[in-house]
Amino acid sequence: MKFALILLSLTALAQVPFERIRDAAKEPGNWLTYSGNLAGHRHSPLAEITPANVANLKVKWAYQFPTGQNQTSPIVVDGVMYVTSPNRAAALDLRTGRELWTWERPIPKDYQSIGFGQVNRGPAILDDKLYIATLDCYLVALDIKTGQQRWATKVEDYKPGYSMTLAPLAIKGKVVVGVSGGEAGIRGFIDAYDANTGTRAWRFFTIPAPGEPGNDTWAGDSWKTGAGSTWVTGAFDPELNLLYWGIGNPGPDWNGDSRKGDNLYTCSFVALDGDTGKLKWHFQFTPHDTHDWDSAHVPMLIDAPVRGKMRKLIVNPNRNAFYYALDRTTGEFIAGQAYAKQTWANGLDDKGRPIVIPGTEPNEAGNLVYPALNGATIWYSPSYSPKTNLVYVATREAGATYFKREADYKPGTFFAGGGERRIPESQQWGAIRALEPTTGKLAWEFKLVSPPWTGVMSTAGGLVISGSNEGNIFALDARTGKPLWNFHSGGQVSSNPISFHIDGHQHIAIAANRVLYVFGL
Amino acid sequence: MKIALFLCVSLSALPQSLDTGKRIFESQCALCHGQDGSGGRGPSLRKAKLKKTPDDAALKKAIADGLPPEMPGAWQLHPREVDATAAYVRSLGKLIVEEIPGIPAAGEEIFNKTGCANCHIVNGKGNARGPELSAIGARRNAKHLRESILTPNSFLPEDFLLVELTDAAGKTVKGVKANEDLFTIQLALPNGRHASFDKATLKNLKRLTGQSTMPAFPNIPAADLDNLIAYLASLKGAE
Ligand code: HEC
Ligand code: HEC
Repeated sequence: MKFALILLSLTALAQVPFERIRDAAKEPGNWLTYSGNLAGHRHSPLAEITPANVANLKVKWAYQFPTGQNQTSPIVVDGVMYVTSPNRAAALDLRTGRELWTWERPIPKDYQSIGFGQVNRGPAILDDKLYIATLDCYLVALDIKTGQQRWATKVEDYKPGYSMTLAPLAIKGKVVVGVSGGEAGIRGFIDAYDANTGTRAWRFFTIPAPGEPGNDTWAGDSWKTGAGSTWVTGAFDPELNLLYWGIGNPGPDWNGDSRKGDNLYTCSFVALDGDTGKLKWHFQFTPHDTHDWDSAHVPMLIDAPVRGKMRKLIVNPNRNAFYYALDRTTGEFIAGQAYAKQTWANGLDDKGRPIVIPGTEPNEAGNLVYPALNGATIWYSPSYSPKTNLVYVATREAGATYFKREADYKPGTFFAGGGERRIPESQQWGAIRALEPTTGKLAWEFKLVSPPWTGVMSTAGGLVISGSNEGNIFALDARTGKPLWNFHSGGQVSSNPISFHIDGHQHIAIAANRVLYVFGL
Repeated sequence: MKIALFLCVSLSALPQSLDTGKRIFESQCALCHGQDGSGGRGPSLRKAKLKKTPDDAALKKAIADGLPPEMPGAWQLHPREVDATAAYVRSLGKLIVEEIPGIPAAGEEIFNKTGCANCHIVNGKGNARGPELSAIGARRNAKHLRESILTPNSFLPEDFLLVELTDAAGKTVKGVKANEDLFTIQLALPNGRHASFDKATLKNLKRLTGQSTMPAFPNIPAADLDNLIAYLASLKGAE
């Protein structure tokens, strides 16, 4: 008996093998990857909390972070919740929120965040390790039982402006990360690391070098400092073995003079072979962007009938205010339309390329264009519910006067070439919108007082959960958008909600500024 | 009497260090604070007093080290460049001196006589139906002050919104918006108290954008008006 136990523990399988993550739908009581599943849905199959009982939702426990503006999307597995904040991770007892262990890595004194706040969007888990991407650009693996560091790999030098804020994505045997630094003239990339050893398995540069296809979309040497950051977690299709990732803006942001051309693969989705990182296809949403409209979005992979035929799709409400449905095997454009106010394009052509209105780039005197630089949506997650067959997106409604300025590249400094002045706050607003997945057609909207900074989660119980700048955490009816419950958190909400079981009952967690709240019936 | 004019930013008119500061500001800070410092992802810096950076030491430290977690530090700047940026930030909230006619002391009398204090607090005295004016001279120029008095509707401060609502019982209330979230709204009422309402229960909620509760004063004699403006311009807040 004793003997058998020892043997068992020696040969025991890893706690969270890739198969558990791939088959996340089989264990809806856990939240195993950034978006809940590899398809990027941020949808919980749990159905205990419903429109009929959501009014009874109450705070069960709260966790206070040492710093503010938390954006973490926790991982929940086997009775433990794993949360992160910049260069910090903690394991919490799922029933009480008590810390089981914490881990911290000092932020170097000379580290700087060029063009973004100091945040962390969550961990990844695989086998027996928790992975966190740090501001000073290390990927770190921790033992999930003790928080002991197993390895730390330098992804890039932070000094010229590389940084990481995203949640890593665990795919089979590998951990994938991307970098921030789109305002610092970096040359962006997507990296995959061996999950066991931390050795780099492959790197995909988001800007092709001379001799590679696409380099001719950059004038002169502009490709060297062309940005193309990769700061939001992607999605993975295990059957096609394709990794999908959103690419950020070209640099300098608001002055495109030195980088004439389409500037591939900025403001695009790319599909990469999971084993090799080789490019399978790309689709560029905003060619030669001059408004900072990163396509740093979580791609959503859905299968749906299009003109009577089942298609494997990848869909995206984009920062540039258009909604897109593409074929995820080939990258072919299927449909798209504006889902928020925009004044820069006369729609999309039949290849999905925007028909740009001349004279909408930033200029010396300033040029009013919708959407503002933070876009019609931004890094936070959209959601897809197979229950309602709707896509949900927290939408920002604002315009800005864009300026063009000179830009000189100097490593480790802003390389932006301009800026914006937003329209007055009283004219800005937002909405949670429900869109039809294959077309982007509006099904309903719930208005927000100001442009949001929080993602949405849908649930099989028929709810959409989100939060507001004003501090509300709220639940809407997923079919109609009717508000059913709200809680005032006392802090700005700028994070992503998740759902899971505690002792067999559905709960919801979301961070608001310094506090992570866990709600249950 | 000396009065203030908004720093009109023409590059050639700026001293050397302000010029450097302006260029740094526009390339590194404008991303969050707006091209002209009026705010965006970060707060407006066009204020006489900056709460977190009241003195030059604090301002320079904030520029170099940032204000975690949201505002990044610009550690790569040379100390001279930090000084120049700080000077430029101060110039955004400060004013260039310009001669204007009028006697502040005489203007103060007009202010009290005309009933301005019924709606405005200056140095602790008056009612709060309109914005506090104790430091109005540090934020606004003479032209703006003149327009505020002659045609109050011509400019409404961003944070000053008049709201009219009808509650569930059918009672209509007018007040200045103190705060609002998705589901509730808080008003400052004419009687000086605050009230809070659930938006879903209201029969009517009107945002009177573009409407001022301040009456126009077109009939103040020219000399009195000059004095009044001189008085307002002299209000720079406590040091
Ligand atoms: C990434 C966005 C961002 C950038 C870039 C940025 N700031 Fe800020 N700044 C903020 C935010 C957000 C705050 C408010 C921080 C707080 O209150 O904690 C702030 C606050 C400030 C304050 C304090 C205001 C007060 O009320 O005391 C000053 C001064 C300031 N910034 C100046 C600058 C200057 C100068 C630069 C360029 C060198 C700059 N900022 C660049 C976001 C930014
Ligand atoms: C019935 C109330 C009321 C009276 C009386 C009144 N005001 Fe006002 N005032 C307001 C309100 C409310 C505002 C806010 C903006 C608006 O609604 O026009 C304002 C705005 C102003 C402003 C602009 C403030 C800014 O931030 O730019 C100035 C200056 C001003 N008043 C001066 C005066 C003077 C001088 C008098 C007397 C001659 C006066 N007000 C009388 C209510 C009043």
